[in-house]
Amino acid sequence: MTGLLLIILSSVFFPGIILRIKSIASGRKGPGIMQPVKDIIVLFRKNNVFSDTSSLIFQIAPAVGLTAVLCSSLLIPFADKPALINFDSDFVYFSYILALGKFFMIIAALDTGSGFEGMGANREALFSMITEPAFFILLGTFSMLTGYTSFSDIFTQFYMSDSDFVMIFSLIGVYILIQIAMIENSRFPVDDPKTHLELTMIHEVMILDNSGFDKTLIHITTYLKFAVYGSLIYNISVPAGWNIYLQLLLFAVVQALFASTVGILESFRARNRMRKNPDFILTLTAISIVAFVVVIIIRGKMI
Amino acid sequence: MQNLLLTGIFLSFFIFFIPKNMKYWYTLLLLLTHILISSIWAAESIFYLSSPVSITIIPDILNYDFSLHIDKLSGFFLIVINFTSLMGFIYAYKYLEPYKRIKFELSFSIHYFSYLWLYLSMILVVCIQDGPAFIIMWEIMALSSFMLVIFNAENRTIMKTGINYLIQMHIGMIFILIAFLIAEKDSNILGFRSLDIYFSEHMNFPLFVIFFLGFGLKAGFIPLHTWLPQAHPAAPSHVSAVMSGVMIKMGIYGIMRVTASLHNDLFSIGIFVLSVSLISGVLGVMMAITQHDLKKLLAYHSIENIGIIGIGVGIGIIGTSQNMTLLSVLGYSGALLHVLNHSLFKSLLFFCAGSVLHSTKTKDVEQLGGLIKKMPYTAALFLFGSLSICGLPPFNGFISEYLIYSGMFKSLANTDLYMSFILVASITGLTLIGGLALFCFTKAFGVTFLGQPRSGKTKTAKEVSTVMLVPGFMILIVILLIGLASSIFTGPILLIVTETFNLSGLQNNFDDVRNSITKINVTGLIFIITVALIYYVRRVVLKTKIVTYGPTWGCGYTAGNSRHQYTSTSFADNFTLLAKPILRTTKSMESIGGENLFPESAVFRSKNHDIFKDFIIEYPKEFILKVLKKIAVMQTGQINHYILYAFLFILGALLLTYFKLI
Repeated sequence: MTGLLLIILSSVFFPGIILRIKSIASGRKGPGIMQPVKDIIVLFRKNNVFSDTSSLIFQIAPAVGLTAVLCSSLLIPFADKPALINFDSDFVYFSYILALGKFFMIIAALDTGSGFEGMGANREALFSMITEPAFFILLGTFSMLTGYTSFSDIFTQFYMSDSDFVMIFSLIGVYILIQIAMIENSRFPVDDPKTHLELTMIHEVMILDNSGFDKTLIHITTYLKFAVYGSLIYNISVPAGWNIYLQLLLFAVVQALFASTVGILESFRARNRMRKNPDFILTLTAISIVAFVVVIIIRGKMI
Repeated sequence: MQNLLLTGIFLSFFIFFIPKNMKYWYTLLLLLTHILISSIWAAESIFYLSSPVSITIIPDILNYDFSLHIDKLSGFFLIVINFTSLMGFIYAYKYLEPYKRIKFELSFSIHYFSYLWLYLSMILVVCIQDGPAFIIMWEIMALSSFMLVIFNAENRTIMKTGINYLIQMHIGMIFILIAFLIAEKDSNILGFRSLDIYFSEHMNFPLFVIFFLGFGLKAGFIPLHTWLPQAHPAAPSHVSAVMSGVMIKMGIYGIMRVTASLHNDLFSIGIFVLSVSLISGVLGVMMAITQHDLKKLLAYHSIENIGIIGIGVGIGIIGTSQNMTLLSVLGYSGALLHVLNHSLFKSLLFFCAGSVLHSTKTKDVEQLGGLIKKMPYTAALFLFGSLSICGLPPFNGFISEYLIYSGMFKSLANTDLYMSFILVASITGLTLIGGLALFCFTKAFGVTFLGQPRSGKTKTAKEVSTVMLVPGFMILIVILLIGLASSIFTGPILLIVTETFNLSGLQNNFDDVRNSITKINVTGLIFIITVALIYYVRRVVLKTKIVTYGPTWGCGYTAGNSRHQYTSTSFADNFTLLAKPILRTTKSMESIGGENLFPESAVFRSKNHDIFKDFIIEYPKEFILKVLKKIAVMQTGQINHYILYAFLFILGALLLTYFKLI
């Protein structure tokens, strides 16, 4: 329960922090930290415009997308408290339920019959497809390291294992999860949410026709998704056994750091050419395979 | 009750003599009777009896005892066959109606007769342990499905496809026959009973491979799949549904039956099955993505799903070889549940594809679009079918894939080096398959049912009749039942697996599995309720707002039309680019004339090759044809030459006997 509440709480501040960091890095005064929340409220008040071409799919997709992320957040533990719902191999469920949300967003984009949105849809489908193996191999590595197969067990046992190399895995895990979070949320270097040209967009171009309440839901989904990944990152970077108040503080710090990383990356890095994206994403799989091999060596299976 | 079966077989011949308008109902009656009988057998064997049901059909003719032997595995397959066959036949009622005007009565008689016999041969295949009878039933299955495929035989390509199918099925049958004959050597029993004796004394791997070639041809493992993407689109849709939903599973049944008797070489057999299945799974879905014929796309997906089932069987065998019972149980259970799942969602999808074909007269998705407005129920069914085939929760496909995943993840911690790599390779493969399936079905659903019509074909489209929708909705109910109340199904399946493959003593860990499954179901319910809640809130909120409708955002360009939409090919374009080395997509373009003042029409073509078909079927065929053409020089058409050949032959025979060479 704590995990869920913390995720919802941090998702409120997350986009604001990114925004602040980006303004500071580019030397602007920039909007306040609560600006994204204000934007959402503005959007909520607006009227809706729908395309004639679209159907019920278009209307229901944002709700499915949001629910998928909410359901995935039920599986995330906090500190040594197990998640609200935890079972063996629950990360499989985590990944598949997020995929369900994506499925609906993709077909909703196709529902408008717009060439632009079709373009975004097919990019999103491709990139999210090739991201999956990295996540699964990473979690496979963790479950091999700890001997457990659910998020809650893996994270409580993560720092208990007697190996001295846990820090390495923690680092690799954090790296891969940050990259996956960036891809899943269509951020740098795969996608740029602030680009003004439809031809170079991925996620933004998919939601060109959404307005009002639907757009609100989509924004909330994105923020929540960031917070979910942030909380995964927190779980592998901080031992579960520490004092609970310290943990709460650290949680805020890690989420803020994650948001700042996103902001800094977006300020100082150029985005990839679209053609380069698959290579970039597949590199993540390669890295997680390396982590996997290292675990094999550490566990003495090689010799 | 055995007499009922015999009477039914006898009565089936009367289909030819029944008046035209009663034929369907007569066949349905026969079908229902047999479904009832075999369902009782199945229920008895699965739920009530600990020992297999044994039924003597014809006692003691020529010292040959023809009897049925129904154990739990057979019972499971009986249920799968019964449900899908019945749904297929209900669907056929309206689907065949347009043909009534253009076809003779006889073709309907043959069609219904073949359908009934396809069904009968399938239930007998899973119930017969005895070699000769099994081979005969296997043969009847091939013949009757051949007759069903060539229903539209006026079309030459369909006839050709049918013959191709028939030849390949016979090659498969020969492999099975050879394998049975090899196994007979020691025990003098022809049939599955001899396997235990043979396998306990000889190397298992060679014989298993022969069986695998035979059964795998039916199942459609790559590279034995080439008949599948041709036969399924050629057949009428309810036949494709039955063939893809259950008939190819007979291959899986055979492989499982053989697997249950294995004694040694388990590890290498497991690796063999697993690698073939991984290749089938990944390549099957990769080739599916590039298709734009809706039924062909689904056919390639059958290969993918056979791959998933094979992965389950493969890790099941490997688990047994490594004494990892849990891995074994979960692998086999996942495979078995996926057999059921695939029979459900694949027949559902074929029904929908059939309805689209019925309504628009085309299955080329490039010409479709926007059908959700005209055929809302078909679209909804197709959407649910797509979600389940992608293995997304809370639908049934997820449960079977989850079982396989959880077996692999749970075993990862306590295995040696090779096993870890095998498991991680399988996990990666299964993940890729899932992702690619998602890519493929967003495309298939999006292009067919969403957006704007891409051609005039959809103008006349309207929702199909209720009779054609009923099977779909009934399947959907079962899909949701498996997805949300999985324990009803996983419980018996775990039991079937432990009994069939002799895996026991893990009761405790099953509780773990059951627990997880229950939690998945609960999360699924939470998901559905939350979606409904958010959607309700949205409706309430929207009521307070002004909702306007307008054209899709065109980025300032107002003259956009439906041709600007993404098509099936363009949606798959970035993928085909990535997968170029494997898919070998060839593109050709005649550019718009450069010298001419006014541009002329230009043509762009892209073609996707099935490299296995090219290398295994097409190139050898061309080579043989070339050789035969050279030999055909002898065929001069002049009678004196032929007399000369006969003379030379007799001379040769004489000489050879003279020198005692023959």
